Amino acid sequence: MSFLIDSSIMITSQICFFGFGWLFFMRQLFKDYEVRQYVVQVIFSVTFAFSCTMFELIIFEILGVLNSSSRYFHWKMNLCVILLILVFMIPFYIGYFFVSNIRLLHKQRLPFSCLLWLTFMYFFWKLGDPFPILSPKHGILSIEQLISRVGVIGVTLMALLSGFGAVNCPYTYMSYFLRNVTDTDILALERRLLQTMDMIISKKKRMAMARRTMFQKGEVHNKPSGFWGMIKSVTASAPGSENLTLIQQEVDALEELSRQLFLETVDLYATKERIEYSKTFKGKYFNFLGYFFSIYCVWKIFMATINIVFDRVGKTDPVTRGIEITVNYLGIQFDVKFWSQHISFILVGIIIVTSIRGLLITLTKFFYAISSSKSSNVIVLLLAQIMGMYFVSSVLLIRMSMPLEYRTIITEVLGELQFNFYHRWFDVIFLVSALSSILFLYLAHKQAPEKHVAP
Amino acid sequence: MASLDRVKVLVLGDSGVGKSSLVHLLCQNQVLGNPSWTVGCSVDVRVHDYKEGTPEEKTYYIELWDVGGSVGSASSVKSTRTVFYNSVNGIILVHDLTNKKSSQNLYRWSLEVLNRDSMPTGVLVMNGDYDQEKFADNQIPLLVIGTKLDQIHETKRHEVLTRTAFLAEDFNAEEINLDCTNPRYLAAGSSNAVKLSRFFDKIPGFPDRKRLLGGTFKNLHYD
Repeated sequence: MSFLIDSSIMITSQICFFGFGWLFFMRQLFKDYEVRQYVVQVIFSVTFAFSCTMFELIIFEILGVLNSSSRYFHWKMNLCVILLILVFMIPFYIGYFFVSNIRLLHKQRLPFSCLLWLTFMYFFWKLGDPFPILSPKHGILSIEQLISRVGVIGVTLMALLSGFGAVNCPYTYMSYFLRNVTDTDILALERRLLQTMDMIISKKKRMAMARRTMFQKGEVHNKPSGFWGMIKSVTASAPGSENLTLIQQEVDALEELSRQLFLETVDLYATKERIEYSKTFKGKYFNFLGYFFSIYCVWKIFMATINIVFDRVGKTDPVTRGIEITVNYLGIQFDVKFWSQHISFILVGIIIVTSIRGLLITLTKFFYAISSSKSSNVIVLLLAQIMGMYFVSSVLLIRMSMPLEYRTIITEVLGELQFNFYHRWFDVIFLVSALSSILFLYLAHKQAPEKHVAP
Repeated sequence: MASLDRVKVLVLGDSGVGKSSLVHLLCQNQVLGNPSWTVGCSVDVRVHDYKEGTPEEKTYYIELWDVGGSVGSASSVKSTRTVFYNSVNGIILVHDLTNKKSSQNLYRWSLEVLNRDSMPTGVLVMNGDYDQEKFADNQIPLLVIGTKLDQIHETKRHEVLTRTAFLAEDFNAEEINLDCTNPRYLAAGSSNAVKLSRFFDKIPGFPDRKRLLGGTFKNLHYD
């Protein structure tokens, strides 16, 4: 009986998450496009719903809600469904939509997408070989095998995003790094852009007129037709067409220049807006946060280095350690069990909410930047894949932040994964990502002011 | 050709509707082989015979400015785009017949251009209903072109064409529906070609009409 109640609670919450994912898809991601393939929207919402349910189960674990056996059952089921989607469904559909975009292969979509899927599975399997992820006594298609590989990809993604985010956040928040942009700079650049456009236009006018006169005189067109035409074009090429190719090359160079100028102007406008924003109250608040985050970022990099160098993987979670410190050093006595439950709930809850929110915002920005009406389906599915893998590996890593008694369910369900490996891997990739982001931002920052010095 | 006035026509529409293919077809009379994403603005020139066949025949260069991007772009992109909207003589609005959103976004596009003086930051609040008065005031000739006609199935064609007819009426403009990969839609003598030259004829009629455009009107005479 209690199992039925628990299941109905779980299913209701899953439907809620599904609805939220659906709305997010429609209102945020696809607000400028038309949804023609509802499959994509369904897959995205389902991935989101099952990922959020996993987090919900962790919270239930900490709070002790629901029967523990029904929790275990739902964990297993959830995990199976998510793995099914991440490993089988989404890659297949990505291949299918990708192939549908290519005109040549339009007729044989299905066999080609199956081929792509098989290639993906092969590389996915090979991924597990170099890593000491799990003991070899498990079968081929067990949950542990699949989760271990999904975990590797997801943890890499998480660490890359964290590393870049940790460095980029203070860089964008702090106004110390803002380049000084005046209105005259922008006007000068706009003038250059319009001058370039005018030059392109005058050259194109010459080309159009030359082509018209050639056409009226009935001269040979650009493309020589037939055998005799080719011979003629080799021996005596009309001076008109030679001129045309020369002008065309100049036009190509000018068009490239106009694109560069356009992008630079966009950049200047964006910087100007940021400068104005930093003068407001909100901007000042974010500036202060930026200093705080930069200290946090430096500390994290330091800790990651220490972890790697001294081969240290934390045994206790921050909550228990915090409580230990307060009890031992500060002498404050309080009910450890009661407080540890509530504090770990709050801590884990904050981690979950901020990571979901951060991921959705990053995905939306990314989607706006690179999608077009042709590729929007493929990109959304890729984002759903990334989201699913990210959430699965969050579950792996969050185990570290929870006290021992709550870790059991994750350990039970996920089997004998080498969790320590994942933490070490996270630290390594985080360090690499943070350091290379620092290098990259430094180079980009250095290069930018020089561009505007040239007349 | 000595004295040819400058005529500037904007080609606007969502990304991916086929503006670059259309401009290439109009100017080079050839189909664009490898369409790629337009960054910023690409310009092409069409030679047009104003009032062809009559004694007042004059040859003009019509500059087609194909402005890339989407209505939902960042405000910095919109501010940069505004620089292309100066002294515009005509606007061609392009939408994708297979994508309803691109047709709806045409209202926002046209408002972005017509409001460029009153809203320098380019930030618009679109409240669903377009303002008919804005379009009644407007002196700039508009033309609505629907692309990818070949991808509409025969059975749906009637419904789509009715919808686009309403759209063109809202803008008080002519409409042309075609497929940019097939030059026969604009073959000489076809009704589409007639509509096109009628539209282009409306623009250089400016020496006769009084223009009430805000912004600078650059009258460049190459004498």
